[in-house]
This record gives sequence, C-alpha cells and structure tokens, in this order.
Amino acid sequence: MFATAVIMFREVLEASLIIAIVLGASRGVAGRGWWVGAGIGLGLLGASIVATLANVASSVFSGEGQAILNAVILLSAVVMLTWHNVWMSAHAQQFSAEVKALGTDVQSGQRPMAALLVITLVAVMREGSEAVLFLWAVSTSGEQSMNMLLGGIGGVLVGVLSGLLLYIGILRIPTRYFFSITSWMILLLAAGLSAQAAGFLNQIGILPTLGSGLWNTSNILSQNSLLGQLLHILVGYIARPSGIEVVFYIATFLTMLILMRIYGGNRSGRLNTQG
Amino acid sequence: MKIILFCLLLFPLATFAADTDYALNIKDQRFQPNELIIMAGQKAKLVIRNQDGMPAEFESSDLSREVIVPGHGEIVIYVGPLEPGTYQFFNDFNHEMKGSIVVNPASNKGH
Repeated sequence: MFATAVIMFREVLEASLIIAIVLGASRGVAGRGWWVGAGIGLGLLGASIVATLANVASSVFSGEGQAILNAVILLSAVVMLTWHNVWMSAHAQQFSAEVKALGTDVQSGQRPMAALLVITLVAVMREGSEAVLFLWAVSTSGEQSMNMLLGGIGGVLVGVLSGLLLYIGILRIPTRYFFSITSWMILLLAAGLSAQAAGFLNQIGILPTLGSGLWNTSNILSQNSLLGQLLHILVGYIARPSGIEVVFYIATFLTMLILMRIYGGNRSGRLNTQG
Repeated sequence: MKIILFCLLLFPLATFAADTDYALNIKDQRFQPNELIIMAGQKAKLVIRNQDGMPAEFESSDLSREVIVPGHGEIVIYVGPLEPGTYQFFNDFNHEMKGSIVVNPASNKGH
C-alpha cells in the first residue's frame, strides 16, 4: 500500500508542481481558473486515451511512439512556457502597475490564456497516462488491489498537496519581486523539460548522446531522492546527464532569456537586475 | 535557432556503427538478467520483453530512460555509447524490481 502511494505520488508530483507554477505566475488574471481547469480535464482525458492505447494496442504503442509523444508533449510545454514568459516580460511594467492600482484582480484579455491550457493539459497527460496505466494494473492484480488502490489515492492527494504548498509559497512572494522570481522559475522549469525531451529523443536513437554522464553527482544528491526529484522537476536537475541533455538545457535557457530581453523592450533589465 | 541546432545534431546519425542487441526480459516481476553487461563506447540496442501480464515502466535516472513495456509486450530503446561504470534501472511500477547495466572498459571481456 505504501509502495503504491509512493509511485502515485511520484507520477502526480510533476504535473502538480507545473500547474502550481503557472497558476501562481498568472496570479490575479481573471478566468485563469477556467483555463487551467479545462487543461486538467482534457489532460485526464488524453491520459486515459494513451493508457488505453498502451493496453489495447501494445504493438502500436511502440517504444518510438511513446518517446515521440513524450518529446512532443514536453517541447510544446516548453514553447508555451516561453510564450508566457516573453509575454510577461513585455508587459511586466504595465501589469505590475495595474496590480498596484487595482489590487490583485486584474482583467487582461490579451494574455496568452491558451498557453495556460496547453501547459496544464500536457503536464497532466504525460504523467497521468502512466498513473492511469499503473492504477489499472494494480486494480486488476488481485487480492490486495483495494489496499493498493487506497494507497494510490493517498499518493495522489499528497502530490496535489505539494503543488498547493508551492502555489501558496508563490503567492507570498512580495509584489516587487513577483515577476522576476516567477519568470526565473518558469525559465528553469522550461529548460529542464527541454532536457527531458532530449532524453526521450535520444532513447530511440533520433538524437545522439554526445557523451554519457558528463558528470555524476548521484553521491551528493541522488535523482531518486525526494529532494533530487523535486529539483529535477523544478530546475531540471540531472545527476548524471548526457551531452545532448545539457545542450538542450542551455539552448532553451539562452533562447528564452534572449527572447525575453528582446521583447522586454526598454524595461528589459527587470529580470536580470532582480534575478 | 533551436531548429538549426536540431538539424545539425541529426548529422552524426549517419555515421553510427551497427548497434549491438541486448535482451532484457521481465518475468515473474523480475528483470532477467538483472545485471546486463555492455561494452563501453558503443551504442546498444536494448530489447525489453515483458512476459508478465502486468505493464512495467522501465526507468533509469542514470541513463535518463523511461519507457512503458505493456503486459506481454516488447519495446526497443537505445542506450549509450556509455562510459565504463554501473547504471541503475528499475521498474517504476514496482520499485522492488531493480537491475543495473554494467559497462566494462572496451575489451572482449564479458560480452
């Protein structure tokens, strides 16, 4: 039961933390709950479809199919996070002024709300399909299934709670630092997701490894430990990265930073001076 | 910028030497063998066959690998070329199921 809880917790954690970050970063935007809610709903639907495909048509659901699906999902999240951040840096001054003038409820119709939906959708769909598949396997495994199912639900709850804590933490960031801190969080999150996508494409031989294990910090901080996993999700920590993962991480990080500076216009110093 | 980088990275593909196949089976909720010996410096093709009805998720943070192997299904992934060392893997759906890939320095030993 406890093992099941841990597995489900791990599956749910990534989606939960990503949602917490985008929800936190879009604080005060009218209608964001609806977009994020729709993203979660569609994500669960997508996850169930993928999990069903994996069971029904295992020959169709090849190693390549999975890896490409994961990579596409992760890279689309990266694009959306980039869009969100670039938009934010372009409007940060105006937005910050509005927050001060009107309190926290700011109506801003131009915001890339579709980005919120897509990020949430893909975050839920990716780990969700594994969670659904796992729960299905557990529930059909026999005598202990009820116990394990309860454990699984417990794991989901703790995962969601972790996201909630992060969200509450983000909301407590003072307004002055809010945009710069959330921009950095999204930047590091996106770079990490991009590195994960590189791992998936390398797994099926589409991308070269460019050297395995450029460094190994497993002894200092194992990626399988709770802290290691949290950092893996939040900032893309990899204990034993391959060259291609590092290339993707740095390329995404720099691309996003440059785009933010370009579109940040005359106030572009914000992120850099306060980060 | 990333697209250009991506295209550039595709080029080394053409020069890869023939891959070596390695079989990894899942049976009775165990990896067989649970220690897979692979030669250093070569790209290895891993054929993971699940003989159980339960789906498994082959995962390795050492190798950044993550793939679902459906019940009675078979999956192909690639690892390497790897530096000599030990790389842990496990079944993310059953953490009792663990194994490792051991990479020996390039020689004819152990393969």
